[in-house]
Amino acid sequence: MMAGHAFAPATFARPIAETRLLVVDVASRSFREAAPGDLPAFFGLGDVLVVNDAATMAASVLGTTERGEPIELRLLSLPDDRGELDAVVLGVGAIGANAPDQETWHTPTEKRPAPPPLAPGDRVLGATVLRASASRRVRLRFEGDHDDVVASLYRAGKPVQYAHIPAPLPLWDVQNVYAAEPWASEMPSAGRIVDFGALDALRKRGAVVARLTHGAGLSSIGDAALDASLPWTERYRIPEETASAVASAKRVIAVGTSVVRALESSAAAFGAVRAGEATTDLRIDASHELRVVSGLLTGMHDPTTSHADLVSAFVPRDLLSEASAFAASRGFLGHELGDSCLILRG
Amino acid sequence: MELRGKAALVTGGGRGLGAALGEALVKRGARVVLVARHEEPLRAVAARIGAHALAFDVGDKESAHRITGAAAALVGPIDVLVHAASTLGPLSPPQSGGATSRMPFLLDTACEDLQSVLETNLVGPFRIDKIVGGSMALRKTGVIVHVSSDAATVGYPRWGAYAVSKAAFDQLGRVLGAELGEHGVKVFSVDPGEMDTKMHADAMPDADRATLARPEDVAARFVSMIENAERIEPGARLIASEWRPS
Repeated sequence: MMAGHAFAPATFARPIAETRLLVVDVASRSFREAAPGDLPAFFGLGDVLVVNDAATMAASVLGTTERGEPIELRLLSLPDDRGELDAVVLGVGAIGANAPDQETWHTPTEKRPAPPPLAPGDRVLGATVLRASASRRVRLRFEGDHDDVVASLYRAGKPVQYAHIPAPLPLWDVQNVYAAEPWASEMPSAGRIVDFGALDALRKRGAVVARLTHGAGLSSIGDAALDASLPWTERYRIPEETASAVASAKRVIAVGTSVVRALESSAAAFGAVRAGEATTDLRIDASHELRVVSGLLTGMHDPTTSHADLVSAFVPRDLLSEASAFAASRGFLGHELGDSCLILRG
Repeated sequence: MELRGKAALVTGGGRGLGAALGEALVKRGARVVLVARHEEPLRAVAARIGAHALAFDVGDKESAHRITGAAAALVGPIDVLVHAASTLGPLSPPQSGGATSRMPFLLDTACEDLQSVLETNLVGPFRIDKIVGGSMALRKTGVIVHVSSDAATVGYPRWGAYAVSKAAFDQLGRVLGAELGEHGVKVFSVDPGEMDTKMHADAMPDADRATLARPEDVAARFVSMIENAERIEPGARLIASEWRPS
């Protein structure tokens, strides 16, 4: 999460009971550690927790260009009715006996060779490149039966792998219990500790758990300039019942930064959170005045990320730094599948 | 539940009850995804009735998220989930020695065969329930149907592995029904009765087919149950032939 302190990464998908929760109360400038199972106890009547119910795609697909150059596609979306999807192309080391798949998939993006240049009309993994930009972003079209294309991508793909998690990461480890449509390139992982027991307890306490779907994009591409441009434009969909729950809430707690982005974008665009589908390129940092969201459940990330910028909209930098030092001293883990932080402003 | 526009996932959709149920759901206006192991018959059924087809093995752990992810990509969050896929387990070759069933006695059932029947008939469906049930609970809507058998409640000789899996499957439905009921999700099990299907012919090759129900007729009862799910007790075990729509 936080300014000034780097967290050691989680090295595997730990059971929720083994993860840690830092609770930061902004109004009283206090922070403490709680058990992940304590999460529902912070909420009750009048509170609306909004989760991102996007399922995580099998977004990482290895293959080659028609010239035989190995690449990794990271899908930003699944094929639409015309077979078209958006993806980012990454370079990989040699595929074959010298570099088993696992090795290749775990090479940090910034240590990869640049991908081969692609132009419209080129073919990769059997698809035609419709558009290619210098940002390594491509739009592809897969021919053939739509069901087959979707099924084939699911057979060939794995979830995006992380260099800090050495064992193969299966789809099982990157889905939230309430996930539905596969819109997320990487797991909206703040929701990981919101298991069914938490959903059940929250509702019994009178809190509302509402949902939106946000197509959370990639966390890293491996090119410094491109990584600095993240997050890119992302789509989100807010159901009617969520818009009305938010409108009548005493407190709105976002489970994950993608939820903050969607709710704050909707409020900025329409004056209040409105039901419907839209896209956002809103970048949230300390200068952003939060209109809707007053609490955030999120993960622990290093200070240089856009994630930390967004968190600073919730917490003054000095408090952030103190809480961060506390968590680091207690051995909290960071990065994807790391430990959690609940920030409450009021 | 009003089925028009709803997203339905039916396992075992390549033939028999699953295929008939898929067709009945499509006719009610649902967007249906059929899942089965064997691709060719599945494709043929899906093309004929206007459903989507995903050829995966429901007993395979790695396939579970592929099935649910691809299905949700094709038709949206799943509102109706029906587990019609199941296996009898390995059958012996037809024999002339007087046996009326090709299913083995329990003492002749390999331990691994019992495990693999449980994997397909119990653990596989559990995995898909587990993935789909959370989204249903969050959306406060959904119907999950477990296809059972009278072998789940009666100790028929030679039905051992299958019967054990179906008894456990009923109980999975009972507990899941109790846990999800207050979240607006209805889970129940249905004994379809004896139907004129390939599975029945495999189990009891000498049965008089005239006495067996047509899968289409049984499927119509299932659809009626789903449409009237609010009247069904959470976790209930129903018998198709006894169902009265009102």
